[in-house]
Amino acid sequence: MNLSNGKGSMSTVSSPAVSKSGDIVSDQFPAGLRVLLVDDDPTCLMILEKMLRTCLYEVTKCNRAEIALTYLRENKNGYDIVISDVHMPDMDGFKLLEHIGLEMDLPVIMMSADDGKNVVMKGVTHGACDYLIKPVRIEALKNIWQHVIRKRKNEWKDLEQSGSAEEGDQKQRPTDEVDYSSSANEGNWRNAKKRRDEDEEAEERDDSSTLKKPRVVWSVELHQQFVAAVNQLGIDKAVPKKILELMNVPGLTRENVASHLQKYRLYLRRLSGVSQHQGNLNNSFISSQEATFGAISSLSGTDLQTFAAAGQLPPQSLATLQAAGLGRSTAKTGMPMPLVDQRNLFSFENPRLRFGEGQQQYGSSSKPMNLLHGIPTNMEPKQLASLHQSTQPLGSLNMRVNASPSQSNPLLMQISQSQPRGHMLNELNVPHVPRLPTSMGQSPVSNGSPGSALGRNGISDNSRGAAYSSVPQTSSMLNFPLSQTTEMPASSFPLRNTPDMSSITSKGVYQDGGSSGMKGSSGFVLSYDIFNELHQHKSREWEVQNMGQNPSYDASQNANPLQGNIDVSPSVLVHQGFSSNQHQMGQNRDAASVGKAMFSLGEGMQSANFQNIGQHQGFQNTLLTDNSVRVKAERIPDANSQTNLFPENYGQEDLMSALLKQQEGMGPAENEFDFDGYSIDNIPV
Amino acid sequence: MKKAELQQEAASIRRSLFDQGYLDEQFEELEGLRDDSNPNFEEEIVNLFYNDSARMINNLERALTRSPMQFDKLDDYMHQFKGSCSGIGAKRVKLECSRFHECCAARDAEGCIRTFQQVKHEYTTLKRQLQTYFQVAKQADA
Repeated sequence: MNLSNGKGSMSTVSSPAVSKSGDIVSDQFPAGLRVLLVDDDPTCLMILEKMLRTCLYEVTKCNRAEIALTYLRENKNGYDIVISDVHMPDMDGFKLLEHIGLEMDLPVIMMSADDGKNVVMKGVTHGACDYLIKPVRIEALKNIWQHVIRKRKNEWKDLEQSGSAEEGDQKQRPTDEVDYSSSANEGNWRNAKKRRDEDEEAEERDDSSTLKKPRVVWSVELHQQFVAAVNQLGIDKAVPKKILELMNVPGLTRENVASHLQKYRLYLRRLSGVSQHQGNLNNSFISSQEATFGAISSLSGTDLQTFAAAGQLPPQSLATLQAAGLGRSTAKTGMPMPLVDQRNLFSFENPRLRFGEGQQQYGSSSKPMNLLHGIPTNMEPKQLASLHQSTQPLGSLNMRVNASPSQSNPLLMQISQSQPRGHMLNELNVPHVPRLPTSMGQSPVSNGSPGSALGRNGISDNSRGAAYSSVPQTSSMLNFPLSQTTEMPASSFPLRNTPDMSSITSKGVYQDGGSSGMKGSSGFVLSYDIFNELHQHKSREWEVQNMGQNPSYDASQNANPLQGNIDVSPSVLVHQGFSSNQHQMGQNRDAASVGKAMFSLGEGMQSANFQNIGQHQGFQNTLLTDNSVRVKAERIPDANSQTNLFPENYGQEDLMSALLKQQEGMGPAENEFDFDGYSIDNIPV
Repeated sequence: MKKAELQQEAASIRRSLFDQGYLDEQFEELEGLRDDSNPNFEEEIVNLFYNDSARMINNLERALTRSPMQFDKLDDYMHQFKGSCSGIGAKRVKLECSRFHECCAARDAEGCIRTFQQVKHEYTTLKRQLQTYFQVAKQADA
């Protein structure tokens, strides 16, 4: 898979088809379940293989734990479940179990002739999902698929919880935006806070220790890849496993992808929802300065702006922003976007907050943070006011950002950190976005175009300069393209380049179009620990670039300033493919998806996305709404992304399809990272 | 002998193996796994078992000659062997393996040697009987 897609093309697309499992048709499930069998006893191995084949499973057998690990590592998404003996000469079965849990997070069944309680207990404590006593009967094997489903379900559930309060609430509620945003915010905020704390630590370390399950910093680049993968798979079919496979990022675990995916979905959902209520949100948003946005907003333009102004958005600051946005209060400047941020990014609930400025308050969802419009809220009072009016969504975020650099956009922060500032710019853009509403015109920022606000803010307005004026203050504001971008629910992706903030313009991300917000926006700062090394390096470069470069979102941005950078920018990142979606969604139904789009922005794409986004500002809103459905990410059983064995994946699919659909409608651009088609020009500034 | 008679004899041998406790339901499981690619699956598995278990028997014998006796290691070897036996449904052999395990746990060297001999005895007896059974069954199907 291409780690970095260069332009618009989806990096993941090029990767080879998902492991064979991917081909398995879900409706045949559990037939085709891919089992890895490990046992040093040849007799047992043969018997079990025969039994599994009789159950119509696909079996790979090996007699050494090391060999099994090699198989698993080589083909990360190639297996659904592992069955291993406890007693093996080269490695203890429990040790293998631990490895698998850490690296691949697959369900593992232990077996042994020993039925002693102690051994069975050991299996349980080491995380085995089942324990079979030899001789194993075929009946016992017929139902092992339940472990796969269960695991996926649990993962989704976790994601949901962390992402938003709407657990289990898969259907989008565009109308409930406000509601859910607040509740979600709270929920998310809590989660975010928790995660943030965890992540912060990890991020500050800024180490790319691999296999560190804990945190993955979703850099712009990484996010781009992610989005590309999601787009490629189709939102409904994008299960973590497959996404992981497509992304082909060493050290990235399925779990990481799963949680990121969930956030993304929430984000998209939010986007679609936010867009609808942008207007509403804006108001509240403004008032709430605090912005529960925290998370996404952290990137919110304000911070970004500030950074942008500085010419560079120090990673840390971005992180802080994000953190702030996330509500984490952090100040964690140094942190790259922790996973938490991601959450924020995606979850629109946060977006609102973020916009609001992330100020830590994540929870204060009181403000309906329109992610997109939000800008004002977070922004400093005065700034907010100005912004607020216009775009509210992102705007607020941005604003806030300034206020507390750290806060606002956790996302931003992250982005900046890991990613090229470009994203940040997007966020920053927000500032002007608020104002933009007028200029943006097109981007109905207030439309609630969620995400778009993010990226867009900056972009849409292109007039950033002008926007800045009002916003400038907010420069700290996350760029969340306030309203303008609405397209991008951006909220989540603080990346959105800080508007105006010249620096943020990073790259096109903010396409004012509103939709742009998402793109390139600030790029998620999500930082993937492992990737940090890889991406940060890359993203950092971008960040700087973005920051400084984008003085004007417009056209230049389209060009994709994002490239390379911001990817993360929430708005932008959401993925390039998303950008188109965003357009469609407008509403952000799938705020999450939007967010996703933003994420996917990945390099190059991001910029493109923004562009697209910007263009479709108005459009985006609609798009968003469509996609919102998908956000359900939760649903998707990510356990094995591999094939959609599980129908639950549909969540993703919805989102993706919505996005894709939109893209089609949108025409150019989008889709996946190809925003070349879009140019900022559409932005009616 | 005529085919029908052969078949009857094979069935009779099989039944007695179960009745006398040489085989348990696991053997039936193996028979149930027969398919087009492995029409005599249980026979293939039994052959595989005896080929592979020879190695384990040797390990055990060697370890039993060591002094002092390494009970944990012996137990480990026996555990593997037992697992393999259970795969083909060798009921009596498994029983003797459990007795050996008890002696290991009790650090009873003499008991280990004694019980191991019993294990070997049951192991070879079963092998002989299964060979006869498969032979007759093959002739019956021929």
